[in-house]
Amino acid sequence: MGPFASAFSRLYGAKGWAALGAVACVIFVVFPLLNLVVPAASPFHLSAYWVTLIGKIMCYAIVAMAMDLIWGYAGILSLGHGLFFALGGYAFGMYLMRQIGSDGQYRQNMPDFMVFLDWKEFPWQWWNSDQFWWCALLVVVVPGLLAFVFGYFAFRSRVKGVYFSIITQALTYAAMLLFFRNATGFGGNNGFTDFRRILDIPIATPQARMTLFAVSGAVLIGTLLLARWIVTSKFGRVLAAIRDAEQRVMFCGYNTVHYKLFVWTLSAVLCGIAGALYVPQVGIINPSEMSPANSIEIAIWVAVGGRGTLTGAIAGAGIVNGAKSYFTQAFPEFWLYFLGLLFILVTLFLPQGVVGALGQIRDKLRVRKITRMPPGKAS
Amino acid sequence: MRILPTALPFVLGLLASAALAQDAKTVEKLAFGDSDERVEAVAALVAAGDEKSAALLQALADGELYTAGKRVLIVRGAGAVDAATGAKVAPLPEDREEITVNNRLRRELGRALAALKLVSPGRDARFAAARELAGGAEPAMLPLVKKALATETDSAVKPLLEQIAAALELKAGDREARLAAVRKLAASHSPNTKTLLLSFLEAEKDEDLRIEAQKSLREIEGRLAWGERAGIVFTSISLGSILLLAALGLAITYGLMGVINLAHGELIMIGAYTTYVVQNLFRAHAPGVFDAYLACAAPAAFAVAALVGMALERSVIRWLYGRPLETLLATWGISLMLIQGVRTIFGAANVQVENPVWMSGGIEVLANVVLPWSRIVIIFFAAAVLAGMWLLLTRTRLGLFVRGVTQNRSMASCVGVPTARVDTLAFGLGSGIAGLAGCALSQIGNVGPDLGQAYIVDSFMVVVLGGVGQLAGTVYAALGLGFANKLLEAWQGAVLAKIAVLVFIIFFIQKRPQGMFALKGRAVEV
Repeated sequence: MGPFASAFSRLYGAKGWAALGAVACVIFVVFPLLNLVVPAASPFHLSAYWVTLIGKIMCYAIVAMAMDLIWGYAGILSLGHGLFFALGGYAFGMYLMRQIGSDGQYRQNMPDFMVFLDWKEFPWQWWNSDQFWWCALLVVVVPGLLAFVFGYFAFRSRVKGVYFSIITQALTYAAMLLFFRNATGFGGNNGFTDFRRILDIPIATPQARMTLFAVSGAVLIGTLLLARWIVTSKFGRVLAAIRDAEQRVMFCGYNTVHYKLFVWTLSAVLCGIAGALYVPQVGIINPSEMSPANSIEIAIWVAVGGRGTLTGAIAGAGIVNGAKSYFTQAFPEFWLYFLGLLFILVTLFLPQGVVGALGQIRDKLRVRKITRMPPGKAS
Repeated sequence: MRILPTALPFVLGLLASAALAQDAKTVEKLAFGDSDERVEAVAALVAAGDEKSAALLQALADGELYTAGKRVLIVRGAGAVDAATGAKVAPLPEDREEITVNNRLRRELGRALAALKLVSPGRDARFAAARELAGGAEPAMLPLVKKALATETDSAVKPLLEQIAAALELKAGDREARLAAVRKLAASHSPNTKTLLLSFLEAEKDEDLRIEAQKSLREIEGRLAWGERAGIVFTSISLGSILLLAALGLAITYGLMGVINLAHGELIMIGAYTTYVVQNLFRAHAPGVFDAYLACAAPAAFAVAALVGMALERSVIRWLYGRPLETLLATWGISLMLIQGVRTIFGAANVQVENPVWMSGGIEVLANVVLPWSRIVIIFFAAAVLAGMWLLLTRTRLGLFVRGVTQNRSMASCVGVPTARVDTLAFGLGSGIAGLAGCALSQIGNVGPDLGQAYIVDSFMVVVLGGVGQLAGTVYAALGLGFANKLLEAWQGAVLAKIAVLVFIIFFIQKRPQGMFALKGRAVEV
C-alpha cells in the first residue's frame, strides 16, 4: 500500500467511506435534483426554506466539529467560538455589502448605514473590501490571528480549565460591545443585511442558493476528513494525552503549548470559514452572533452529539438546531425550557452524548453476542 | 401640564371678578397665529406680567383655551369667558375648538409661567420657578426677573435670580451691563452658565469683554471640576458596591465551593422579582406602610433565592462536583429555564419596582453633583451584607464548617461534619446573597427576565480578579473595577471603558491566573 492508500484506510474503513460517499451523493446530487429539477408542485420538491435550513445547519456542523477538536480532543472548552464564527461572517459580509453597489436605499455606492451616518469615505477596515480574494483571505486570517495571539498568551501562562472558558467568554462579550458601536464601522446594532449579489451573480436565485449549499456541504466533508486525519495522527494522540494528563505529557518532553496553539488556531479558522458560508445563506450578520449565549450553545451541540467523536459533533448540531427551528415555530414559549433541560439532562445522564451512548449500547450487544456463543468458537 | 397648580384658583378668581380688557391683538395672535407669532404673543404676555396674562397663559397650558369663530374663549367646566374682553359667554358655543400646543410652544409656555411665578408668595414655588428659568430664559422676561430680584430675600432663590438676570443681560444688555453680567456670572456653580459663557465668547467681539468672560469661565470651570471629580468618585464607589453585591454570593459558591454557577445572575433576578411581588402585596394590602416594604422584601428575597439555590444544589449541582466544565453547562441550562420561567409567570416585559419615598431624591452636594439616596443606601447595604457574611463565616459554627469542608473535605467528614448538608447550606447562603443583590438592584435599574445576564460576566470577573477563596480580594476587585470603569468612562465613554476593562482582565488573568490575592499553597494543578 502506498502512503496515500494507507492514509485513506486510516481515516475510515470501507463501511465508513461508503457512508461518506452516500452522504456526498445526497448533498451534491439528490438535494440539487429535488430542489431545482423536481417541479414545485410535486411532494418530493425540496423548498427554498429547507435548502436554507439544511445549509445553515451544515455551517453549524462545521463549527461543532471545530469545537469538538479543541474540547473533545484537547480538553479546552471555549465559550467564545461564536466570536470567530461572527468575525468570519463579518469579513465576508463586507464583500457582500460592497457587492450591493448603488442598489441600496440611498442609491449611493456605499453601504446604507455609512450614508446614514454621513460618512464620506470608507474607514480603514474596509480597505480593498470590494475584492473577493481579499475578503476571503480576511475570513481565514482575522479569526486565525486573533486566536493565535490570544491562545499564545493564554496557553503560555497555562491558563486552563474554567479560567480559560471564562476569559474566552469575556473576550466575545467585549467584542460584542465593540461591534454594537456605530463607530466601529460595521453597521452597529443592525450589522450587515440586504445582500444582493455574490461575485456579481444575484444571490436570491435558486441556483445561487444551491451553489452555496453545495459549497457548504463540500467544506463540511472536507472539514470532517481534515479533522479525522488530525485526530487519527500521532498529533491527535498527543492532543488526547494533553486532555487526559497534561502534566505527564509535559514531563515526557512535549511542548504542549505548540500542540494546543495549533489546534486552537485551526479551530478558530474553521469557525471563520463556517461563518463566511453562513452569512450569504441566512442573509444577515449582526453583533448578537457574538453574544456569550450563542457561544455556549455551540458547546451543547457537541455535548449532545458526543464529545470526542466527530460524527457526534455533526449529529449534535443537527439535532439541536433541528429541534430549535421546530420549537421556535411550533412552541416558541417552550424552546428555552427544552434547551435548558437539554443542557441539564445531557450533562447528568448522557456524558458521552448520543453517539457515545449508541456506541456503548452496541458494545453491550456485542458482548452479549460473544458470551452467548458456545465456548471455543469466540475469535 | 401642571406647572402652577397652586396659583390657578387664585388667578381664575381674579379673572372672573375683574373687568378684563386683554390686549385683543395679542390674544388673536396667540389663538390664530402661526408658531412664530404665538411665541411672540407669549413673550408679550410675559412682558406685561400682570394677572390677566398669567391666567391666559395658564389656560393655554392647561388646554382650556378654545376658539369659536373669531372669538377666543377660556372654557372652565360649564362656563366660559371671552379672553379678550373678559365678558361671560353663555351658553357654550357648539363650534368651539381647542387650541393645540406644539412642543416648542409648550416649552416657551413653561418658561413663561415660571417667570410669572417668580413673584408668587410661596418660597418653594419661587425656588422651583427660578430653577426652571436657570435652564434657559428669554430676554422678554428680564423686567419680571428684575422685579422679582428687588423683593427677593431668600438666600437660595436670590443667587439663582441674579444668575438668570446676568445671563439675560449678557444676551441683550449694552456693553456696561454685559461687563457687569460677565463678572457676576463668575460666582456661578452651574454647568449651564459654562455653556452660556462659551456661546457668549463665540459671538462677542469686544476684547475687554472676552478677557473678562474667559476669566469668569476659568473660575467656573475650576469649581465645576471639583464637582465632577466628586461625582466620579461617588459613582465609582456606587458601581463598586453594586458589583460587590452581585459578586459576594459568587464568592461563596465559586470562590469557596468551586462551583461554576452560571445561573447566579438568575438568582439575582429572582431576588428582584421577589421584591416586586412583595411591593405589590404591600400596595394591595397595606398601602399605609408601603414605604417600609423593603424591610420585608430583603429577607423575602434572601429566603426565596436561597431556597431555589438549595433546590438546585440538591437536584443538579451535587452530582457534578469535581467536574467544573459540566457544572458550567448544566447551570447554564438552569439559567435558561429560570429566565423562561419568569417570562411565563410575569411576562417578557420589564416590571415596575417603585422606590419608597425616603429613597427617592438625593443630597445636592454641589450644584452639579447630586447623590441619589438610592445609591447611598445601596453602598451601606453592600457594606452591611459584607459584614454579615464575614461574621457568619468567621464567628459561627456553620461558617467554621463551611471553611473546614472547603479546605479539606475528607478530613472534615472524618471529624463528623455533615459535608453534604454543609454544601447545601453554603450554596443556599451564596444564592440568598444573590437574592439580596437582586433586591438592591431592583431599586436602581430595570427589573426584567434578562436582569441576571447583565451581571453574570461582571460578577465572575470580580471573583476571578480578586482571587478565588478570598473575601477581601472580592472587595478590592469590586471597588477597583468600579473605579476603573468610571474613570475610563469619563475619559472614553461607557462602551469603550467596559471593553478596556474586560481586555485588561483577560490580560491580567493570563499574567496572574490565581487573582490578586491568592491563597498560598504548593498545588501545581487545581
